[in-house]
Amino acid sequence: MVHFIDRRLNGKNKSAVNRQRFIRRYKQQIKKAVSDAVSKRSVTDVDSGESITIPNKDISEPMFHHGKGGRREMVHPGNDQFSQGDRIKRPDGGTGQGSGKGDASADGEGSDDFVFSISKDEYLDLLFEDLELPNLKKNQLDKLVQYKQVRAGYRAEGVPSNIDIVRSLRGSLARRIAMSAGKRRELAELEQELALLQQDPVPDQHRLLLIQDQIKQLKQRIAAVPFIDTFDLRYRNYQKRPEPTSKAVMFCLMDVSGSMDQATKEMAKRFYILLYMFLSRSYKNVDVVYIRHHTQAKEVDEQEFFYSQETGGTIVSSALKLMKQIIDERYDAEQWNIYAAQASDGDNWTDDSPLCAQILRSQLLPLVRYYAYIEITPRAHQSLWQQYETLLPEFEHFAIQPIRDVADIYPVFRELFKKQAA
Amino acid sequence: MAKANPKVTPLSDGPDWTFPLLEAYHQEIRRVADYYQLDTYPNQIEVITAEQMMDAYSSIGMPLGYHHWSYGKKFIQTEQNYKRGYMGLAYEIVINSDPCIAYLMEENTITMQALVMAHASYGHNSFFKNNYLFKTWTDASSIIDYLLFAKEYVSRCEEKYGISEVEDTLDSCHALMNFGVDRYKRPQKISMEEEQKRQQEREEYLQSQVNQLWRTIPTKPSVESTQRQHFPSEPQENILYFIEKNAPLLKSWQRELVRIVRKISQYFYPQKQTQVMNEGWATFWHYTILQHLFDEGKVTERFILEFLHTHTNVVSQPAYNSQHYSGINPYALGFAMFTDLRRICETPTAEDKEWFPDIAGAPWLETLHFAMQNFKDESFISQYLSPKVMRDFHLFAIVDDAKDPSLEVAAIHNQQGYQTVRQMLSAQYNLSQLEPNIQVYDVDISGDRSLRLRYIPQQGIPLAPDSTNEVMKHLHRLWGFKVSLEQQNEDGSITELSRCPAA
Repeated sequence: MVHFIDRRLNGKNKSAVNRQRFIRRYKQQIKKAVSDAVSKRSVTDVDSGESITIPNKDISEPMFHHGKGGRREMVHPGNDQFSQGDRIKRPDGGTGQGSGKGDASADGEGSDDFVFSISKDEYLDLLFEDLELPNLKKNQLDKLVQYKQVRAGYRAEGVPSNIDIVRSLRGSLARRIAMSAGKRRELAELEQELALLQQDPVPDQHRLLLIQDQIKQLKQRIAAVPFIDTFDLRYRNYQKRPEPTSKAVMFCLMDVSGSMDQATKEMAKRFYILLYMFLSRSYKNVDVVYIRHHTQAKEVDEQEFFYSQETGGTIVSSALKLMKQIIDERYDAEQWNIYAAQASDGDNWTDDSPLCAQILRSQLLPLVRYYAYIEITPRAHQSLWQQYETLLPEFEHFAIQPIRDVADIYPVFRELFKKQAA
Repeated sequence: MAKANPKVTPLSDGPDWTFPLLEAYHQEIRRVADYYQLDTYPNQIEVITAEQMMDAYSSIGMPLGYHHWSYGKKFIQTEQNYKRGYMGLAYEIVINSDPCIAYLMEENTITMQALVMAHASYGHNSFFKNNYLFKTWTDASSIIDYLLFAKEYVSRCEEKYGISEVEDTLDSCHALMNFGVDRYKRPQKISMEEEQKRQQEREEYLQSQVNQLWRTIPTKPSVESTQRQHFPSEPQENILYFIEKNAPLLKSWQRELVRIVRKISQYFYPQKQTQVMNEGWATFWHYTILQHLFDEGKVTERFILEFLHTHTNVVSQPAYNSQHYSGINPYALGFAMFTDLRRICETPTAEDKEWFPDIAGAPWLETLHFAMQNFKDESFISQYLSPKVMRDFHLFAIVDDAKDPSLEVAAIHNQQGYQTVRQMLSAQYNLSQLEPNIQVYDVDISGDRSLRLRYIPQQGIPLAPDSTNEVMKHLHRLWGFKVSLEQQNEDGSITELSRCPAA
């Protein structure tokens, strides 16, 4: 009358669809939580998922239910001190005894926010939905390729170090079988005849000698088949296969002159984080080079980049020159996908701005895959912006965007990298 | 505890279980259950993993649910809580179906499996089969088929009309789910094929009916003074049913979705009304059956100690001032009441004879079966809550009146208080008091087709304003025209609480 059924091997993820539905429905809130979470990360931390917090009220399922007030009667267990007619001070918050228990359930418990984790992939997908790397299609085949040696079968010629022993011996064995098979068959026939002759009471001596002689000759010829021949040798073959390089380097250029305060730097940092995460979704390893500058440029580490204090004037071209120098030294544009993001409050020594534009035009922009300039300032644009604007028509992979406050960063980022309509 | 009979070889106490061992335990449990005349549906016992348990958990125990984000939310919550160790998983889930499906979790020891089998496959199962509410309101033989039908219907709709469309309708239905229940009218039993056939017919018929209702071109009433006819003529408490039959703009598939939600709500309605009894009954029987096996020497001491440890946890009742307190534990109260009923029958005291003259000294098994079959929580408590249980639980009643700055202790577990405590505890399980009384009051059929709901407060308890407006939006989506909600005050005056659209 009873059936035991082992369901353990059945699919586990009966609720997977429902989970997807949940994420689908709350995409807006989750996306917001995701972009908020960006600022808490270090630039290069992309391996973890993210825990998402959604205000409970946003996802509650409304129901008609009783509110506070009116007259309620509740029975509770564990009386240790009360007698009939006692009056008790109304407890705060409704915990313990007293009111509120009755209606709490319909409300969804408490007011804690709804927290859950999404995986790294879900996180990045949500963050960079509808974005794509700029100019990837155009350059991919002719430029940025690196060659990789890959095995490609065997060949008959080559250098001794590439000899494949197993293959060669297999060839040798085959050749030996092929070359001696007819002789062996003949030999076997002759040996059989010889055996018959020898059994004969009166052997035909002449014939006997003849056969013995033939056997001897055959054996010699079989033994003469060489064990290995140049014909047998097989060499491992290698080919060069072009591969789009998976190496990318990201240059972070930032003005650290006196006019840049910590808040502005924080904003820039978020932008760099986004860029780094975005790049690391497409490239296996992404190097980050931090270049900060005031009147002089210097390559620094992350900590110093974001948090050291500097004062002084601003000469942007110094950073651009340093970047060019670093590219020449370490990041060959043939092998590296180079991206650059420059953040500044727009201040520059006026005479320097045309020089910046010129360096970009002639030296940097031909090398990089994408160059984004963000100007973090509430004020009107100055000479640097105006100079950069002149570059826009010439270079598709050059973009400039103003950012006024933190809330702009993510939209601007999306604007810069949005999927171009086909 | 009786000494184990040395001649009987006890069953292995594991702790690991095997299928043959489960069979062996089940056979013993069934024998004892038969001995106690537990009448059950055939059992189907399924072994599942913890993850599958969470799946089942998040779809409110339905073995097949249609897809909806709210189940995903529940699943994520359950998973989070489980992973952080805030909660253990339920040991068992049992489904009111024929055959009765019970889930055993793979991780459990053989003791726990035996407990679950006794609890779910015999306790709950016999309750489902024999309690009058379940007999009247649910049809165990067709529920699985119906759920399957619902799931397929919903996914067909999603293919045809898009996930978002379907989700919108379901969201709105879910918001009104508690008001999709017939409290008094009995639903009919139908089978799967019939359901499908009738669904087709219903679609066509319903649409034509609705059109009929709304076809009338509004004409000026010939005599101004004529009292306008109310529609519906009587207020209706089943809002979803009313919408399914009368909403002017719903498409036929949307009507069917409303119906599905309504049906499922109806199916769970008895479970809401019999929590204490149902859990109490199942707990009483797992306790009694396993003790019986121990007395016979069929199970070892190690087994029974592990069992008692778990059992004690299940029936523990934290006091009102404990940090673990979250209301009265239905397992504890139910178990205590059934155990006490047996005591009243077997060894009645003078007090019992005064309070329960009918059952003091009566055969206990019959009395318990009778109690299980013919009551729901509310009436069960008002009938059988004995002074002894009130004393054991140290029950006390609080009156919380918003007009009064302090709370008043209305009664405690003493001679003067027993009646009051019992009556108040019983009222606490009265669903019609727990859920707001909201009914479809009127539709302006010849005018702007607006729908009016009326809320009648009890004890001056207002409707929570925060979610009310949200629910009204959902109602508006289903109804398609103006909807409003008004409150009928004690003095008979009417105040409007909410309307949608707001202007």
